[in-house]
Amino acid sequence: MNLAGALAAIVGTRHVRAARAERVTYAMDGLPTHRWVPGIVALPGTRDEVVAVVRLLAAAGVPFVPRGAGTGLSGGALAGEGAVLVVLTRLNRILTIDPRARIAVVEPGVVNARLSNAAAPYGLQYAPDPSSQTACTIGGNVAENAGGPHCLKYGVTSNHILALEVVLADGRVVRLGSPGGEPWGPDLVGLFVGSEGNFGVATRISVRLTPVPAAVRTLLADFPTLRAAGEAVSAIIASGIVPAALEMMDQSCIRAVEDSVYAAGYPRDAAAVLLVELDGRAETAVAAETASVEAILARHGARSVRSAATARERERLWQGRKKAFGAMGRLSRDLVVQDAVVPRSTLPDVLETIGRIAAEHGLLVSNVFHAGDGNLHPNISFDGTDPEMKARVEQASAEIMATCIAAGGTITGEHGVGIDKLRYMPLVFDGDSLAAMYAVRRVFDPAERVNPGKVVPLHACREWVR
Amino acid sequence: MSLRDRLRALLGRDAVLETTGGPDEAPRVAPASPDAVALLLGTAHEEGWRVRIEGAGTWMSTDAPADLALTTRRLDRVPSIAPQDLTATTEAGIGCDLLRQQLADRGAWLAVDPPGLAGRTLGSIVATGTSGPLRQGFGPIRDHLLGVTFVTGDGRIIQSGGRVMKNVAGYDLTRLQAGGFGAFGVIVLVHLRLRALPRADTTFLLEGGREDLTQVAEDIRATGLEPAALELVSPALARRERWVLAVRLAGSAALVAADEAGLRAATRGRFTPLRAEEAHAFWMRAAEGLATRPVAFRIGGLPEGGDELLDLLQHQVGDEWISASPGVGVIRWAGDTTPGRLRHLRRALAEKEVPLTLERAPWTLRGAVGHFGQYRENVSPLVAGLRRTFDPGEHFVVAIEGDG
Ligand SMILES: Cc1cc2nc3c(=O)[nH]c(=O)nc-3n(C[C@H](O)[C@H](O)[C@H](O)COP(=O)(O)OP(=O)(O)OC[C@H]3O[C@@H](n4cnc5c(N)ncnc54)[C@H](O)[C@@H]3O)c2cc1C
Repeated sequence: MNLAGALAAIVGTRHVRAARAERVTYAMDGLPTHRWVPGIVALPGTRDEVVAVVRLLAAAGVPFVPRGAGTGLSGGALAGEGAVLVVLTRLNRILTIDPRARIAVVEPGVVNARLSNAAAPYGLQYAPDPSSQTACTIGGNVAENAGGPHCLKYGVTSNHILALEVVLADGRVVRLGSPGGEPWGPDLVGLFVGSEGNFGVATRISVRLTPVPAAVRTLLADFPTLRAAGEAVSAIIASGIVPAALEMMDQSCIRAVEDSVYAAGYPRDAAAVLLVELDGRAETAVAAETASVEAILARHGARSVRSAATARERERLWQGRKKAFGAMGRLSRDLVVQDAVVPRSTLPDVLETIGRIAAEHGLLVSNVFHAGDGNLHPNISFDGTDPEMKARVEQASAEIMATCIAAGGTITGEHGVGIDKLRYMPLVFDGDSLAAMYAVRRVFDPAERVNPGKVVPLHACREWVR
Repeated sequence: MSLRDRLRALLGRDAVLETTGGPDEAPRVAPASPDAVALLLGTAHEEGWRVRIEGAGTWMSTDAPADLALTTRRLDRVPSIAPQDLTATTEAGIGCDLLRQQLADRGAWLAVDPPGLAGRTLGSIVATGTSGPLRQGFGPIRDHLLGVTFVTGDGRIIQSGGRVMKNVAGYDLTRLQAGGFGAFGVIVLVHLRLRALPRADTTFLLEGGREDLTQVAEDIRATGLEPAALELVSPALARRERWVLAVRLAGSAALVAADEAGLRAATRGRFTPLRAEEAHAFWMRAAEGLATRPVAFRIGGLPEGGDELLDLLQHQVGDEWISASPGVGVIRWAGDTTPGRLRHLRRALAEKEVPLTLERAPWTLRGAVGHFGQYRENVSPLVAGLRRTFDPGEHFVVAIEGDG
């Protein structure tokens, strides 16, 4: 029996895609610059089917790539012709929600927003809220250590994963962590989160839920310059107040949003806006912190500070932010969503430098990002059919990365390395550190069959003599 | 040439400390830089020396059998504190008391309060993955780490993470080091996430029967209050007649005032506030008291599942020295016990899917049962592979595994 037939025997013929026309629909993820057509696509429906598929592929020595919703922005979920794409979206059951312990156990294909919706009747939520949350899966979030606007206060994915069941490359199953979140031995849950599909397939994920805050204030502050907005961010952070979210959008992004169906009423003439959210249990405390933040914003030159008066208005302000990537997508044929992190106090300088780099290369860069964490998303609009322009985009991206590293930052805060950022890894890690990562990957997957060619640039690893 | 002389020649006279024991005692070496640690371990790798890793020696007994002891105590610089970014980079051998003071001078705060004496090194806290009552509000120690630099058993310097708030460049080796007990390398540099020194910080106590207090803790949690600490402390540790539930509120003045009102409403005013000096003394006693017993371990169950676990502890090993965070599910126990008892307890806990991590014990005990005991199915080869990766010559004398 051929491989497709053997896979079909496990998952059912309906859930194997072998024809090229079917496979090309899986040739991309959220990253517009890379395209790999997978050899075969298999969609197991249960954990046992995943185990059987992985064992089959191990026996056959065939590489494979786990995939969630395919919204990743670094090419992590791409599989080449020689590999099988194992799509996990059918494993979409929420297995338990324990409101007393504030814990949920889910399958990897559960969509992020669905989990929060399911927890809402208990007054709970799953805090990490990537902008893609209506599409991306918890499995993909675990693999990328995804973040989101509210991770400023509540922490990123890694801070919310208590335990995992993982199918290793050879088909063995391991349970990592413990129901309450205390590591069982070395913290292998922490090591797995953010491993971008290189350490195996997460088939069961236990997460911490957080109470939905009773009091929320959402502010929109508008600034005459990017620098002033950046300085306001630093001042809020230094004041010790931890907003639930602190997001920035520049003029180009504001206009894209306002021209789209997601128009949120952002001031079109502002050089930048800050979306600041404060939340907590007690109305009085949130009100007092809001007043402090308003004073800081005014002191740093905000032309106006608007407070969402109703839940609807709050939703509208957030809708504009969360759909900003989609809105910017309309500015040109293609959009590179960049991702880098800098120390928060360097934001004003770094934003100016990015503006200069864009101008020098004649490119449109729009910024929408998690300012409170210093996590930048400079997004470059371009036309992928124009090779000369594509080359300028690559060059500008490289210069932006170098700028962020020089400021003390790093090359990705939430979208991962995948294939897109392999070339930048040697800029942040030396040969020994890269070799250590490579060696760790080989502990989990000695044959390097899960998601090959991602995360660690092998040529840059110093030889690890043993 | 004696080993001591060779070490002096390698790292300088100052680096080899005077020891009090006889000539048979393993030399104690205190490298003064990460590079010196790498040089020492690289040489140990070539020579086949077995190395015990030590901090200030205030927490773990310094009795693991080894050719030499490597202490981080001269790695005590703080290269950077950035109050405007709320981050800091510090060498691993700095004492927590000194670090706390330097941070406070800049208005910054590391929100961790691990058990042990004030001079305990930061590296030992990271390596043992230890956190204290503040884990309720601010998470375990791993949540405070932005990155670490460590040196492997064959003398390579490895960086993981960085100095910024978010970072997914490469695998998260920082998480492996936090709580790895040094089995995967010597932590030399730590990048920390800080908070602003809280403007208001108040502690409230309630004394009572243990079961009554765990119910009160659950009531507090049910109101949605998120205190900085919510800790159940045994009478001996609290130096009180009865068990104590301590609630610590920290943050802006408005937040603490609101939470204080919430606490009063939820518990009908049963708690008594402590004056600032009293609160300081209370938390310090609770932390230091745990270091006065020969053995300490932590177990991690479900939040709100503590009562049953406390009963089990009481029954099997006694409950004289206990500090528990019912909102998190972690219980720390201190006292004296035997390998047999610990094995028995571990088995009982494993049935409930509760891990027991041995945090502090004489070598005779930790060598026998290990910090972690036995792993679950198929995990052992992974840990063994990671150890081989970071300590290929098996130079570190660390008993993470054991027979129970
Ligand atoms: C419009 C838009 C907005 C976005 N906003 C954010 C944001 O705010 N924050 C953020 O962090 N990201 C954001 N992203 C990126 C992306 O949504 C996240 O990386 C998300 O976590 C990917 O989830 P996914 O299910 O789509 O995973 P995929 O893209 O399918 O896969 C991503 C990686 O995870 C691996 N993987 C998937 N499932 C598993 C599993 N069960 N076990 C092991 N490995 C697995 C894959 O191999 C791959 O390497 C955004 C993307 C888009 C398109």
